[in-house]
Amino acid sequence: MLDIAIQKTLRTGKRSFQLNVQLQSASQHTVLFGQSGAGKSLTLKAIAGLMTPDSGHIRLGGRLLFSQPGGVNLAPQARQLGYLFQDYALFPHLTVRQNVAFGLARGWLNPRTSAQYDEVEHWLHSFGLAAMAQQLPGELSGGQRQRVALARALVAKPRALLLDEPFAALDPALRHDMRQTLLALLAQVQIPLLLITHDEQDVALFGQQVFELHDGQAHAANLATFTEATPRHD
Amino acid sequence: MDTVWGALALSLKVAGLATLLAALSGVATGFVLARGRFPGRDVLDTLLTLPMVLPPTVLGYYLLVLLGRQGALGGWLQAQWGVNLIFSWQGAVIAAAVVAFPLVFKPARAAFEAVDCQLEQAAQVLGISRLAVFFRITLPLAWRGILAGILLAFARALGEFGATLMVAGSIPGKTQTLSIAVYEAVQAGQDDVANLLVGVISAVCITVLLAAGYLAPGRVAQR
Repeated sequence: MLDIAIQKTLRTGKRSFQLNVQLQSASQHTVLFGQSGAGKSLTLKAIAGLMTPDSGHIRLGGRLLFSQPGGVNLAPQARQLGYLFQDYALFPHLTVRQNVAFGLARGWLNPRTSAQYDEVEHWLHSFGLAAMAQQLPGELSGGQRQRVALARALVAKPRALLLDEPFAALDPALRHDMRQTLLALLAQVQIPLLLITHDEQDVALFGQQVFELHDGQAHAANLATFTEATPRHD
Repeated sequence: MDTVWGALALSLKVAGLATLLAALSGVATGFVLARGRFPGRDVLDTLLTLPMVLPPTVLGYYLLVLLGRQGALGGWLQAQWGVNLIFSWQGAVIAAAVVAFPLVFKPARAAFEAVDCQLEQAAQVLGISRLAVFFRITLPLAWRGILAGILLAFARALGEFGATLMVAGSIPGKTQTLSIAVYEAVQAGQDDVANLLVGVISAVCITVLLAAGYLAPGRVAQR
């Protein structure tokens, strides 16, 4: 399903960071666990094509996305992945409906506020966003914004979903709700998932296979050591 | 009276075309310097800002050297197309565009830098080409800052005197813009003409500044 071996050296001033991630996962739902600064987001960006590794390969669902040497480096546009950014990256100047429909309008113009696409209306309804379809993202709550971002990614019919710390920005009560929303969604649509998190509860709930990232290196970890029972009152 | 309205029409034509040139080139270079990572970026930024601080007459001299018959560009234009920009209204457009350029370029760069790169990345992942992302995400989010710069550039082009006089001279009905006509009128002791010219140009500039202030970022919450 997922086969990654990438190397990247990043330099900022005199400090340098080595990313050297190797992992293979045959599971539908894979979780990358690690503290911030371990290289989780970089790995996710490399898979999406937003960061180009120095060398290595990335294979997802039987498709070769990147290979160096080998000269393969698909553009982000060609990878057909759904990416949920940590702070959602909703387009602030477009309404909820325009945001969700964004990937369906391919030309130089944004979808109209009145544009009607069946898929868009479907996800707006199933995520309870229909009532606020004409509002701007700035007027929404955190949970609503996340559902808009998820709908926007799903409308494009991605081959896999990449989630960057999807619940970190939410307060505990909302976090519980959104986890249930995502679990229900995953039961409904068959889509490979790669989730990165620093929260053990996410690992226990979503992981079928888990890797721990530390200092730019990935190690296979035992799922049983992560429990969702640990109440975290943060 | 005809000289006043003729000069106003010429001024608006020259300033309008100069602003168009400055806007297109200023937005493009502003974007390249905001997003590009290349050596010499700071030096290039300084060079492009120079027209804002150089005395207009010095700038006009540089343009004369460049665009004159003996100049590198002027000689080529003359030989290739038979075009001579010196003492023409087109020359006045070039002079005003160069002077107005930093007023678009500076705020455009700042406005592009204020746009979150992650929004552009999100749009790319959704399958939208880089060029389309520029027109659908980057430009709309940076537009207010750019527009305020364009209006200031128009006001500056309208008031251009030194560089325009050096390059295009002061030929009534041909290259004599409003701000140059004011100088000529005062020199000739025509106080009534000077009064009218000063009133007209002041009214136009106040209107432009009011519009720029209304469009400046921060007045209306963007997000």
